[in-house]
Amino acid sequence: MTYAIHAEGLRKRFGTTQALDGVDLAARQGTVLGVLGPNGAGKTTAVRILATLLQPDAGHATVGGYDVQRQPHLVRQTVGLTGQYASVDEDLTGTQNLVLIGRLLNLSARDARARAAELLEWFDLTEAAGRVAKNYSGGMRRRLDLAASLVGRPAVIFLDEPTTGLDPAKREEMWGVVRTLISDGSTVLLTTQYLDEADALADEISVIDHGRVIAHDTPDGLKRVIGGQRIEVRPADPTRLPEVRAVLAEITHAAPETAGRDRLSVAVPDDGAFAPIVARLAADGIAVHELSLHLPSLDEVFLTLTGRRTDDTTEENAA
Amino acid sequence: MSTPTTTTRGPQARVAAPQPVSAVVTVAAKSPATYLAHVLALAKRSLIKTWRTPEALIDVTLQPIIFLLMFTYIFGGAITGGSQHEYLQFVLPSMLGIGIAMAGVAIGQNLNADIEKGVFDRFRSLPIGRSAPLVGAVVADVGRYLISCTVTLVTAMALGFRVQTNAVATLAAIGLAVAFALCFCWISVWVGMKVRTPGAVQGSMFLLVLPLSFVSNAYVPTSTMPSWMQPVADANPMSHLASAVRGLMIGGPVTSDLLWTLGWMAVLLVVFVPLALRAYRRRA
Repeated sequence: MTYAIHAEGLRKRFGTTQALDGVDLAARQGTVLGVLGPNGAGKTTAVRILATLLQPDAGHATVGGYDVQRQPHLVRQTVGLTGQYASVDEDLTGTQNLVLIGRLLNLSARDARARAAELLEWFDLTEAAGRVAKNYSGGMRRRLDLAASLVGRPAVIFLDEPTTGLDPAKREEMWGVVRTLISDGSTVLLTTQYLDEADALADEISVIDHGRVIAHDTPDGLKRVIGGQRIEVRPADPTRLPEVRAVLAEITHAAPETAGRDRLSVAVPDDGAFAPIVARLAADGIAVHELSLHLPSLDEVFLTLTGRRTDDTTEENAA
Repeated sequence: MSTPTTTTRGPQARVAAPQPVSAVVTVAAKSPATYLAHVLALAKRSLIKTWRTPEALIDVTLQPIIFLLMFTYIFGGAITGGSQHEYLQFVLPSMLGIGIAMAGVAIGQNLNADIEKGVFDRFRSLPIGRSAPLVGAVVADVGRYLISCTVTLVTAMALGFRVQTNAVATLAAIGLAVAFALCFCWISVWVGMKVRTPGAVQGSMFLLVLPLSFVSNAYVPTSTMPSWMQPVADANPMSHLASAVRGLMIGGPVTSDLLWTLGWMAVLLVVFVPLALRAYRRRA
């Protein structure tokens, strides 16, 4: 099996910060590799090295079979990059942004305009095509940014935190776009701070922390390690917590934990227990303020994998 | 549960299946013709940006007018001993030449602001020549030089300035000033790549440009300067530029100053283009 993205032992230091401390990454052709980690873990640095924007201090990487240090020009013909911060030109319209990229990729003026129109329609930006990107909403800007990275029909696409800062509805929309890219056969490297996003999109997940890969597995394999999903309940009347605890224990055969004030949390292997719990609470007449089924947060993942919480204090990178 | 077709819109609706990248991007963009095409596409981007932010044109529109009025009516009489018109004939060519060169100073500031916004990351990730984004911005700057030139000339004509040679020589003078500005602006590009903020570019360029334009023969004859300053002023590239433009528009010897100006232009290019490109590459 050939790898569309393959990195071994990448190291990069900015001043006193060791941003990458020997990172290995691999994505098979046509798959999505999720790189999961908190701010400052080194995700963006890794992407910038793979996209030839940065030189690693040590290590070796190929993208699309080309060496990122020795054949950067060929790598640049292969990849599309969507940055953490939408890197579109705010003073240009949607069309002008995409036509410019097309021209820089050696499309004729006519082909560049046609490709721009096609992508704008695909990303639901046709109406905004003639407007300056400065006036776009956050979601529109992200879509334009993603469209810009697809002008050259890249075989490998880097998505650096494509949904950070988007509201839930826009996140779902972005996920839909990413799924389409996958179904078209592109290889995608996606960085994210959300386990649910990596779970929803990635074939394999590398968890990265302080410039090192601390876990690599399929989403299911990873969830087995970190305990799958959790059900959280907060009864309207805190005095009924003991009753809720009994219900949870009985249905899930697991010990519920106290998760913050007046809230109970229990690990479940799948969502099978959810409906019975809802029914039972209703039958017992226990009103709830909150009842949720969710994947562990990044914080919980890190607690399980490293025994400590994420320290979200360092900047993503110095550049 | 609604059917997917009612909720799905936008991206999922129409799929243009990406083909292997080789289908679109075939040749490595290394030939001079493709490089030129990339530079022009990027220059067009800069021109659109300038057009959208007209306030960035103050230094090539209002500023030359104010300078021309100030020098002619405040200092002019004193310098020539009474005749403001005589001073205008003397000072306009140098103001034109130096004004155009000064218009090149803003580019470092603009690039410094531009490069922080992420769009340069995209340029770097594309298979284009590394220097193309910088060269494109410099080429687009010619638009600003021509605005500065037009504003200065039209204002001066209105004040009574008259060209004493001919149209061809005047065009040659303008061409020389524009070419000099294209070389001079690489200092600003270099500084723009080195310092952190646009304000710092402006500050450091101001420190360079102020003595450079005043310790010259542009505004007053150097014979009135202290003896130690005269050789400095005479060697100043701005003096040679001012004299060459003056010669071409008013008459008088041109050749020596023209050659000196061309020599300085070569020096500027040889020194500052590599410095700017290296600083740009390091600022990743």
